Amino acid sequence: MADQILICRCEDITREKLMEVIAEGYETIDEIKRVTRAGMGPCQGRTCRQLIAQELSKIYGVPMEEVLMPTFRPPVKPISMGALADAYQAHAEGGE
Amino acid sequence: MKKAYDTIIVGGGIVGCSIAFELAKRGVKDILLIERGYLASGATGRCGAGIRQQWGSKLNATLAVESTHIFENLESYTGYNYSCGLNQAGYLLIACTPKEWDQFQINLDVQHELGVESHVVDLEKDVYNYVPFINTDGIYGATFCQKDGHADPFHCTFAYAQGAKRMGVEILTYTTVESLIAEQGKIKGVHTSKGDFEASRVINCANGWAPGLAAQVGDEIPVFPERHQALVTEPVAPMGPNGPMPMVMSFHRRFYVQQSPHGSFIMGIAEDEPISFNYRSSWQFLEECCSIITNTLPALRGLRVVRQWAGLYDMSPDHCPIIDFSKNAEGLLNICGFSGHGFMIAPRVAILVANALCQQEDAIDIHMFSADRYRTGDILIEPSVV
Repeated sequence: MADQILICRCEDITREKLMEVIAEGYETIDEIKRVTRAGMGPCQGRTCRQLIAQELSKIYGVPMEEVLMPTFRPPVKPISMGALADAYQAHAEGGE
Repeated sequence: MKKAYDTIIVGGGIVGCSIAFELAKRGVKDILLIERGYLASGATGRCGAGIRQQWGSKLNATLAVESTHIFENLESYTGYNYSCGLNQAGYLLIACTPKEWDQFQINLDVQHELGVESHVVDLEKDVYNYVPFINTDGIYGATFCQKDGHADPFHCTFAYAQGAKRMGVEILTYTTVESLIAEQGKIKGVHTSKGDFEASRVINCANGWAPGLAAQVGDEIPVFPERHQALVTEPVAPMGPNGPMPMVMSFHRRFYVQQSPHGSFIMGIAEDEPISFNYRSSWQFLEECCSIITNTLPALRGLRVVRQWAGLYDMSPDHCPIIDFSKNAEGLLNICGFSGHGFMIAPRVAILVANALCQQEDAIDIHMFSADRYRTGDILIEPSVV
């Protein structure tokens, strides 16, 4: 039951899946993200990053603050391509 | 761990990992691969993930066609348990000037000679059968190849790496090769952030950083780093006629965009970039990329961007890779200069390199990739790059 706990809600990654890839040798959040997609969804890892870090902290016996964090990439929240394209036009026309 | 190996490979992108795999497959024992971050953390994992056979030079087309055949079965080829994400939804290349359209005709001849199933698409009647919502204003013509598409750069690299490991290759991640060790004209090993490792053969696959390492022994490799940015949207239902939207690519408008099997759209544009190791992302890219791409594909305006990133192209003067046996340190092989299409040709390049190092025959002459070509004038010209 505990293994069916969702770690990444955007990409439906369970704790069971997380443990499976850790056992295969994927040791960091960066690697786990790329092999499972955990953290690649609309929220960009806001929830799962911490949960994965907690598991890695327990497994490797390192304090949470020493768990290697992935790069935080823009944008901070999803923005439509239309809004960004319009902003480009506005800048091109000399607006702010 | 051991301190001495037969072969050390510097760089854990698809080039380094596929070469490790092909060498091990040919019986080379005692290989150590060293990667500064995690596997595919550099250019491979930051690339646009496209697989294209519609090239303008026979050489690139050959490398791409033969690599695609490997991508088609990469899981069984390497013994990998996950999917490598290959999806052959095709590439629609659009020409936006008469001159570009003329070049496409020449390219088609090159492609057809190699058996690539690329063809002209009628812009009035047929193009919507490939990309249903394309705005054809200003487009002169288009070609399509169904066998082009997308693969997952991470899984492809992990597939090669795991296959290599099973054959005994050792992989050391989060370890930086700081310098090469050479004595009396021979390579002796590498100095790393985790100590020195000896080897009589070193294969330098460090992409944009490869020329800097090569220069330490006096090898001049004319390859320069150039930032290229990309972005990805939220996943949506398939927007192509039979699944994900094919790649749409324009050299003139300098963009590419395709829907991944997962449903997200991956896209990028070429910007005017200085030579630099800067690979941070910029908001200017975000706006310009969305503007350029929604002009051709207005239907994408409602898609939300979830992430952007940047990586380095290792640009060579003729946009073709350099595979150079060092003249200053025997046993050193420098491989770089893929100029933005290393991912899609790596499987065949790895075979070429492994065949040469194991004295096995290959239909392609590896020496044509030597950096000497810029001195002798035998350059390899590729007209079709973004």
